[in-house]
Amino acid sequence: MSTETQNLTLVQAVRDGLRTEMQRDEDVIVLGEDVGKNGGVFRATEGLYDEFGDDRVIDTPLAESGIVGTSIGMAAYGLRPVPEIQFMGFIYPAFDQIVSHAARLRTRTRGRFTCPMVVRAPYGGGIRAPEHHSESKEAFFVHEPGLKVVIPSTPAETKGLLASAIRDPDPVIFLEPKLIYRAFREDVPAGEHTVPLGEAAVRREGSDVSVYTWGAMTRPTMEAAENLAEEGIDCEVIDLRTLSPLDRETIVASFEKTGRAAVVHEAPRTGGLGGEITAILQEEALLYQEAPIERITGFDTPVPLYALEDYYLPSPTRIEAGIREVVDFP
Amino acid sequence: MSVFDRDPDDQVQILDADGELVGDPPDLSDAELVDLYRYMRLARHFDERAVNLQRQGRMGTYPPLAGQEAAQVGSAFALDDGDWIAPSYREHAAVHVHGLDLSDILLYWMGHGAGGWDTGAHVLPAAVPIATQIPHTTGLALASKLRNDAAVACAYFGDGATSEGDFHEGLNMAGVFDVPAVFVCNNNGWAISVPRARQTASPTLAGKAAAYGIDGVQVDGMDPLATYEVTRAAVEKARTPGDRPRPTLIEAVQYRFGAHTTADDPSVYRDEDEVAEWRKRDPIPRLERFLRETGRLDDDRIDDIETDVRTQVTAAIERAEDTPRPDPDRMFADVYADPSAELRAQRAYLNRLRDRHGDDAFLKE
Repeated sequence: MSTETQNLTLVQAVRDGLRTEMQRDEDVIVLGEDVGKNGGVFRATEGLYDEFGDDRVIDTPLAESGIVGTSIGMAAYGLRPVPEIQFMGFIYPAFDQIVSHAARLRTRTRGRFTCPMVVRAPYGGGIRAPEHHSESKEAFFVHEPGLKVVIPSTPAETKGLLASAIRDPDPVIFLEPKLIYRAFREDVPAGEHTVPLGEAAVRREGSDVSVYTWGAMTRPTMEAAENLAEEGIDCEVIDLRTLSPLDRETIVASFEKTGRAAVVHEAPRTGGLGGEITAILQEEALLYQEAPIERITGFDTPVPLYALEDYYLPSPTRIEAGIREVVDFP
Repeated sequence: MSVFDRDPDDQVQILDADGELVGDPPDLSDAELVDLYRYMRLARHFDERAVNLQRQGRMGTYPPLAGQEAAQVGSAFALDDGDWIAPSYREHAAVHVHGLDLSDILLYWMGHGAGGWDTGAHVLPAAVPIATQIPHTTGLALASKLRNDAAVACAYFGDGATSEGDFHEGLNMAGVFDVPAVFVCNNNGWAISVPRARQTASPTLAGKAAAYGIDGVQVDGMDPLATYEVTRAAVEKARTPGDRPRPTLIEAVQYRFGAHTTADDPSVYRDEDEVAEWRKRDPIPRLERFLRETGRLDDDRIDDIETDVRTQVTAAIERAEDTPRPDPDRMFADVYADPSAELRAQRAYLNRLRDRHGDDAFLKE
């Protein structure tokens, strides 16, 4: 295995992951709006059209359901399509195709036909974008059996998780935290690189409280953890990375150590993944619990226009306050 | 003149309602013509038995196809084995012609997940949501084109489906990518209770093809020779790129003699007079008359076909009813290639409960 690395941003790692997998497997096809000559509105597919041609990088009409539905047909035929939905807020026209067909093609045909497809979509707020460009609705897809849901938070893992998603035999919703598309660079392994799906990462070891998060919220959570460390509060930060299936083992093991927990996500609270994680801890580790589990989340409102998004999104200040509640109990 | 040069409202017909030849017959052997007839008789008898099974509580809700045999059998007859079908839920005859076993079709409506997935037939599972299989067809055809394969993909859907967004998105992308696809709209006049005129102000459904830059043809969907001929022309055009766009929208005008499903009562929304009028165009006597008058069929051969059809359907019902209820473990088997720990735990939990309480504790009988 190569020890060579490239210093890449997260969005450059998306591109590098796509490129590496397209070189490895000619069945991998990228399709979507503006993904070809334009290289994607975020440049996630830059250069791929020139390298692989218009049979492998396909500019489609503006039709999300058509893009995903066509991808399902391609996958059933034996290709590995990687459709891009330009923003998560525009994925809803394709929702029927994803949940009624992609998610259950394997079940409905007892494995005869499958849907090895990766739907990529940038998600989340914080970039002062127009309305419908800031949604974080991962819970919709976690709720659907037959799908996997992945959200990376670092460039190297973005490349590795994307490669694993493309190689996975089942459909994967791959949500990219566009807030940190270009926030920092990191050494990313050159050439083929995979990170297994279904495994959370411990970003910071700690003994007082377990803080579960993912994607764009990982950075403010880490910042809050470092600030709290100065007050003597030792946070363990778990980046879930794969939201379906959840890595219950890592989630529970941390809580058994700390007995206290907070979940940070930018999606609305009600029906969000925070509830699921809380339920897992109740089921698996009730006797370890020393305090109510805090959910530090977006509010149960539509995502506000950007003038108010800083109030909506969990910030280090809110995260620190939430964690203090947990640690100070009773 | 190519059928693709006609106006979309100039309906293609080869056999008129009385079984008289009004166009050039397709290039089919005597045996193939009799086979078309046999498949339609089989479909009609299968349909009658299936409705009765539902009435007797031996099968769940079922969508009948009576009246629509010609469009299904004629079109599927025009496909090669390597071609694909993406059906709606009413294409029992089309998918059987293309390789699915009748008993597997029954088992689906009996609530099993069998579906004939071991047959190797290139048939996607029935799409119950409306029009969603149309983009799948575009995708199958695009994949075939990208791989330089010969396979053509054929979608089936109803008149109501043409109002859905997926009809537009699927046909539009098929036109843009110029893929080898055939879109067969089985326009049976009614989307449950809503008549064709309520779906669109467009004078024909075939005419919608113009918006996508593809060919649109309207055919008498109760004429098996015409539906075969038009579909065959569309399949050949799809398979062999030439001057014309590869995709075709075929509007097969026909009528559903029965209810939308066994849970529907059509007397609420349509007149018996209308049904009687359409029954005069029944595709089966129409082809029978033609085959008799041209010396291809006689009473003896028709009796033999009748006997064969009854035997075949009875055997399919017996096989379906003899199939044991699937093991509950099956629910978990194909959700993922590699089930998660949580899914395995849920499977083990159900099996523990079954061990403890017995399967009878779960079943309503």
